[in-house]
Parts: sequence; C-alpha cells; structure tokens
Amino acid sequence: MNKMEKALSELAQMDEFAVQASPVHDLNAGAKLLSTVAYILIVMSFDKYDLSGLVPMVLWPVFLFQLSGIPVRTCFYKLRIVLPLVMAVGLFNPFFDRDILLNIGNIGVSGGVISMITLMLKGVFCLMASFLLVATTPFDSICAALRRIHVPATLVTLLLLTYRYVGVMTEELAVMTDAYHLRAPGQKGIHVSAWGSFLGQLLLRSMDRAQELYASMLLRGYHQHFHYAPSKPFRVRDAVYLLLSLLFFLLMRYCNVAELIGGLFVR
Amino acid sequence: MIRFQNVSFEYEHGTRVIDNMSFTIGDGEAVGLIGANGAGKSTIMKLLLGLVSGEGKILVDDIEVSSSNLGKVREKLGFVLQNSDNQMFMPTVYEDMMFAPLNYMVSREDAEKRVDEVLDRLGLQYLKHKYNHKISGGEKRMAAIATILAMEPEAILMDEPTSALDPYNRRVVINTIRDLSQTKIITSHDLDMIMDTCDRVILINEGKIVADGKAGTILRDKELLEGNHMELPLRFQK
Repeated sequence: MNKMEKALSELAQMDEFAVQASPVHDLNAGAKLLSTVAYILIVMSFDKYDLSGLVPMVLWPVFLFQLSGIPVRTCFYKLRIVLPLVMAVGLFNPFFDRDILLNIGNIGVSGGVISMITLMLKGVFCLMASFLLVATTPFDSICAALRRIHVPATLVTLLLLTYRYVGVMTEELAVMTDAYHLRAPGQKGIHVSAWGSFLGQLLLRSMDRAQELYASMLLRGYHQHFHYAPSKPFRVRDAVYLLLSLLFFLLMRYCNVAELIGGLFVR
Repeated sequence: MIRFQNVSFEYEHGTRVIDNMSFTIGDGEAVGLIGANGAGKSTIMKLLLGLVSGEGKILVDDIEVSSSNLGKVREKLGFVLQNSDNQMFMPTVYEDMMFAPLNYMVSREDAEKRVDEVLDRLGLQYLKHKYNHKISGGEKRMAAIATILAMEPEAILMDEPTSALDPYNRRVVINTIRDLSQTKIITSHDLDMIMDTCDRVILINEGKIVADGKAGTILRDKELLEGNHMELPLRFQK
C-alpha cells in the first residue's frame, strides 16, 4: 500500500467510524453540530492568558471519546498533519510578550509562553471537537443539519463536494504518483521540473472525475436537499444532551473550576 | 419512448460531434450504440440525460429534454457510468442504493423495500452493508447497476458496462443486463456483449448514423464494421 492508498483508506475509515453504534452516534446530527459549534465558540472566547480556565474544557471531548468508543489516539494520528500547524500558532509569542506573569519555583513564566500554550490548546480542543463530530456523524447528515439551520445550500453543497472530492483527488494523485515512479526508478519524490505539469494534470484529471461524480449525483435526483441523509429525529435526549453541553460550557467559561479546585488545596 | 429529432451538437471550439441525427427507440427495446472512439456515442448519452444541450429536439416519453424538464426526464432514465468509482460515492452499497429513491421522495420504508428487492433479484444481498471502497471491481459494477435499478427507471443507459471486468464478472453483468425488462441503451466496443444483450444496433461514425437495424444483421456485416473502424464480434471471426 503506497502513501496515497493509505491516505484513502484513512479517509474511508472516517465513514466507517461515523456509522458505528454508541450513545453519541445515536444522537441527532443537529444536536451534535450545535453543541460542537458552541464548544468551539466558547473555547475561542477564552482570554489568551486564561490557561487555567481553558484546561477543564478538555473534559467535554474526553467524555465524548469515552462514550463513543472512538480512540483518542486515532484522532491525534489522523490530525497529525494539521496539528503542527495549529501548534505553530503563537510560536513567536514568547519573543514579543516577555512580561513575567507567574513563577514556578524559581522559574519565571512569561505572558508569551502562557498565551502560546493557550492558543495551542484552543486549536487542539477545536480540532478534537470537529473530529468527534465527523467521526460520530455521517457527513451527509451533518450537511442535512447545516441546511436545517439555514446555512445556504450552495455553501453546504460546496462542503459536501469538497469532502467527496478529497478522495477523488487523492485517488488521481495515487495513480499519477505510481505512473511517475515507474518511469523514474530510484528517484525520491517528484522532481521539481515536473511539478508544474504534474499539478496541472492532477487538477485536470480531478476536475474530469469530479464532474462525472457530480453528474452521477444530479442524475440520481440530487438537488441540494438531503432527503437521503440518514436522519435521526430530535428527541428529548438530544435536547437534554444539548442543554447539558451548553450548561457545562457556560459553567467552565464563567467559573474557573481549576482555580476553585486548586484553592481547596492551596491557601 | 426516446426520440431524437434532427439533433446536432458541437463543442465550443467548433468540432461537430453529432450531426443532424434522428432515431426513435420504443418501449422495452434493447439498443446497442456502437462506433469507434470519438464517434459520438457518449455525447448521445449526455444529450439524452441533459448533461449537454445541442440543437434539435430530444423527447423522453414525450417530455422534451430541456432545462425546465430535467428532473422529470432524469427520473425516467438510469445511467450506469463506465467508471463505477464515480458512480458509487456514498460510503456503503446500501446508502448508495437509497440515494436516488430518497431524493425522488420515496418514503424510507419503500426505498428499503426496493433496495432489498433489487439486491435479492441480483443475488447481491451480501453486498448490502459493505463499504464501496472494500468491494471488488466486478462487485462494484453490479452494485452500480443495482443503484440504478433501485431508482426504478423506465430506461437504463449504460456506458461500457463490461469494460475492465474479468470473464466471469463480464458474464454475470451480461446475464443481468439481459434479464432487465426496461428499455436499454448500451454503448460499448464489446460487440459480443452487444450481441448478447441487444436486439437492435445503431452504428455511428463521425456523429452520423451509418446503420440502424437488427443486431444479428449489423454485427455480422464485416465490411460495414471494418469500414467504420470496428471489427466482427469474436464469435463471428474465423
């Protein structure tokens, strides 16, 4: 299995996760979508120095990982390409913000270090929440939920097609990479002189396939509605889940639990 | 059922692919569209499905293929693509089969019944909950046909349905096509398959109909076929 085939198989694995059975999978897609959006908004709203307030927010994704049976390790493995980018955010903060905010023993910790860690954690938490949503909900159901909350049809279709076309593009890339290496034995990667034509060809081939795929959707009645998406009705437990999630987020946002617990031990 | 009246089509750069073509296909007919590469077979399919538009008139069950009628026309026509990977875009075979009926507002219960009926008929029940990326090429082709049958279309269009299949799977697909009662239009270079599945053949060259008649007659005409960059089906070659 080459790199591209591995990537394809990883993509397909997300679809497999999404149809597993667990209390989280069984929730209504809309409830999960709204709670995820609320979680991301609340996480992003924490002050850049409010590290102690932010940390307990990890409890929500951890709880859902446990409940859904999706391994946390898989989440970090699948996000390995994006995580360094998220980690890179705020990397330069320690150089610009040197005011010492707290001391750990004899070591002073600057505001830049704290804000860097806060930013990194925010990114990681948001990625975890998004991953959980996609891993526990079929993508078409997420699109249907987006339409139900009146996100424009064009935007939702764009999202759906991007999700579908990533696979198509990766497949084309796999075929082209194999064809290249068969005629360039012993060469590592793709020579810089071929990058332009390689990317051009990849784009053209992907467009051809994407067009055919979209035609296939249209010919089977797709008209930017998601009647076909597996849907679970919004039940009392979905409302309870949504309400409890929102209460938890607000509690964590306005009441620094870490400080309260710490206060019990440190006078 | 299907009527082409003086249909022409040319690409933006001026290449005329279909040139004043007229033909009629009746209910329940099985028609093979044959011709060399670039003869215009795929364009005929695209015109019929409203994926491209040209001059002239195309009617499906007396409904004109036009932008305002596309929904009605497409509900009557099921199209099996040459590349099943592009056809099977949902995660599992079951979800793919449910896609069209649910889009056409069939209730979930009825759609599920249809799916089970089709899978039983084709002997594919074992594929129902399989992931599309985990099934073989032959299974995928059969599943692609199943997704179209679940639509319950009045006519089935197939683009090279036996390409890239091994002999066993090719035979399975041929037998399946032969058993379908709907109107069938099949484009292929596999003339043995056309002989097995179609009663009528339309031979096309450079966007024009060169011959239209019984499959048994046209597919035995060596001179006609070779004059149009084709050759006799293997079974008729000595």
